[in-house]
Amino acid sequence: MVLLKMKFNQQRRVRLAQGLWLLSWLAVMCGAFIFCLGVYLKTELLRRDEVEKESFMDIHVVPNILMMVGLASIGTNWVATRVCQDSLDASRFPRWKVLLLAWFVVAALLCCLLLAVVVLSYVLQGRLEESLKVGLRNGIRFYKDTDVPGRCFQKETIDRLQMEFRCCGNNNFKDWFEVQWVSGRFLDYTAQEVKDRIRSNVDGRYLLDGVPFSCCNPASPRPCLQYHLTDNRAHFNYDYLSEDLNLYSRGCRQALTDYYMGLMNSTGPGVLSVILIQVGNFHLRYLQTAVEGAMALEDPEGDSEGYILEKGVKETFEEVKVKVLTMMKLAQVDPEGVPVDAEAEKAADTTAEKAASPTPAS
Amino acid sequence: MAVLKVKFTKTKRDKLAQVLWILNWISVVTGAVLFILGLFLKVEINKRVELMAERDIQYVPNMLIAVGLIACAINFLGGKICYDCVDTTKFLRWKLIMLPYIVCTFFFTFCVLVGALMCYSMRGELEESLTLGLTQAMRFYKDTDIPGRCFLKRTVDLLQIQFQCCGNSGYKDWFQIQWISNRYLDMSQQQVVDRLRSNVEGKYLMDGVPFSCCNINSPRPCIQQQVTNNSAHFHYEHQTEELNLWMKGCRQALLEYYTNIMQSIGLTVLITWLFELSVLTGVRYLQTSLENVLRQGDPDSESDGWLLENSFMETARINLNIIKSLGKNNHIDTAKNGDPNIDIPSTSKAHYGPDNVPPKTIKEAS
Repeated sequence: MVLLKMKFNQQRRVRLAQGLWLLSWLAVMCGAFIFCLGVYLKTELLRRDEVEKESFMDIHVVPNILMMVGLASIGTNWVATRVCQDSLDASRFPRWKVLLLAWFVVAALLCCLLLAVVVLSYVLQGRLEESLKVGLRNGIRFYKDTDVPGRCFQKETIDRLQMEFRCCGNNNFKDWFEVQWVSGRFLDYTAQEVKDRIRSNVDGRYLLDGVPFSCCNPASPRPCLQYHLTDNRAHFNYDYLSEDLNLYSRGCRQALTDYYMGLMNSTGPGVLSVILIQVGNFHLRYLQTAVEGAMALEDPEGDSEGYILEKGVKETFEEVKVKVLTMMKLAQVDPEGVPVDAEAEKAADTTAEKAASPTPAS
Repeated sequence: MAVLKVKFTKTKRDKLAQVLWILNWISVVTGAVLFILGLFLKVEINKRVELMAERDIQYVPNMLIAVGLIACAINFLGGKICYDCVDTTKFLRWKLIMLPYIVCTFFFTFCVLVGALMCYSMRGELEESLTLGLTQAMRFYKDTDIPGRCFLKRTVDLLQIQFQCCGNSGYKDWFQIQWISNRYLDMSQQQVVDRLRSNVEGKYLMDGVPFSCCNINSPRPCIQQQVTNNSAHFHYEHQTEELNLWMKGCRQALLEYYTNIMQSIGLTVLITWLFELSVLTGVRYLQTSLENVLRQGDPDSESDGWLLENSFMETARINLNIIKSLGKNNHIDTAKNGDPNIDIPSTSKAHYGPDNVPPKTIKEAS
């Protein structure tokens, strides 16, 4: 009882080989695309490394897997193109026989990894937000420390970030009111105003209701108001509660999360379509069985049958179980390599068939 | 005495035709590249068209676009011709068109060269345009409530942030214009009234700059107001402070940016011009050698190919004579009142019958 049998005459076999050859080349290009996508994601993540805390390394697993899968996919599908090219030549096809079993396993593995990547990119969103929150908080805290080695770049990073992503502070601009972002080197401690501010809080920090210039919104109709933001009387015709164009209203954590999630989500459809193409390639199994059947016949140009599994799913599974057990027993009892090799090959063969069975949807 | 005569065997001719076919297709690609470069330049100029005064600088990208398209068309035709030239019978189809084609392409390469030179010459006009445009934009910076100018504040701010520049030639340009709108000035305050009275035109001038002039590399929070007043800020000296604001002027920054683009485009166009010229030379050799083969009659024999049949002076003289004689044929003799048939004796003898007696004139009947 063969699984999903189909009849193939010579013309259909040729058509199938040609179609699969084209599909395999398409899959090679998709593999290259996945690799480039992985590289792009990695560079984008590395660019913002300063605002991401160390434990943030976990999200780098997504671009790493993408790059690996991309390269492996290019190699695998290139092999598939060679197989398709040689499939109609009876002298060259047999050497691919052994490789095809490994091919099915690798292809199935690649599909699983791609699916895992899609799932991971959604799951890691929470970790990303958490890591950004901590990273940004540190950035804002060390904004003034332009003379401390190891932190001197934080001002430039935060300024650039706020201008590029059009955001201000962690959650909003009020985060800047709680941090001393003006360094003590530039404060005149003899001035009364400075002394008052320093005395006004427990830690002796110079806190003010002002923000750095990088929070300024260029789309505002009025020149940017940075200082005395909560004091309506400090500026003419100004109402702090209703003014929303003066500074960027978005928080940088939200802006960065949206940006990264946008990146990941845009890779989602691309990866899913690549999975579909890869699955389509599993029709190679039909080509393999049909060509093998044709070569076994007396007339190589005649009709032959193509199938997914020689026996039914249950029977194949039983066979595999028996083979694996025998292999293990043989391995235990007989440490010599010779009889085990043949068994191992047969077991790998049926395992590959079993792995290939749930995937095709012809 | 032909100019640069080269002997061509049959195989050499075929090889030349094939090579020229490939080169023509490469030229089609370079023509497309020129077209794309022209489009790119047009887009870049249009992105900042608000900062440029009304000057005729659009002609450079338009020229590049036109040249690119024509190059594609000409080289496509050239490719077809060279492809057919391998076969002498097919060459007969193109025989009459080839010489006009070569002449047209020769004049076209001049256009390509002119295009390349224009890229380099555009700089002067661009500088003028930018100076005027930036001055206007800075003057209208405060007019965010006047339709048609309301976006200039945003444009100038984004320009200064992106190109890391401040003002026209430096940050001091902002001290000479009023960049804060009157809507946000409290006229009841004495300080404001003093400033307004301090100059002839009644403008609110201050030694401050917009926030977009702030340098992000500065170790200290940006000082925008009272930039020239050392005592207004702690530990500040405006003469030695270089990191606080952007030092470069926006005119220079934009000019450098556009000059870089145009120099690379100009170089590409020059290389394309050289390539086109060499392809044209090859096509001319092919044409003359094939024509000579046809003249000799044997399609497999050797033939000569040249650039010009006679030397330059001779060719120029012959062409001038042709043009002159064309002109003479059209020239009408006005001495005989325009009628060319007057006073010309009849060259044929009249036959008046077998006895050759001219007829008597018959008097009119009364």
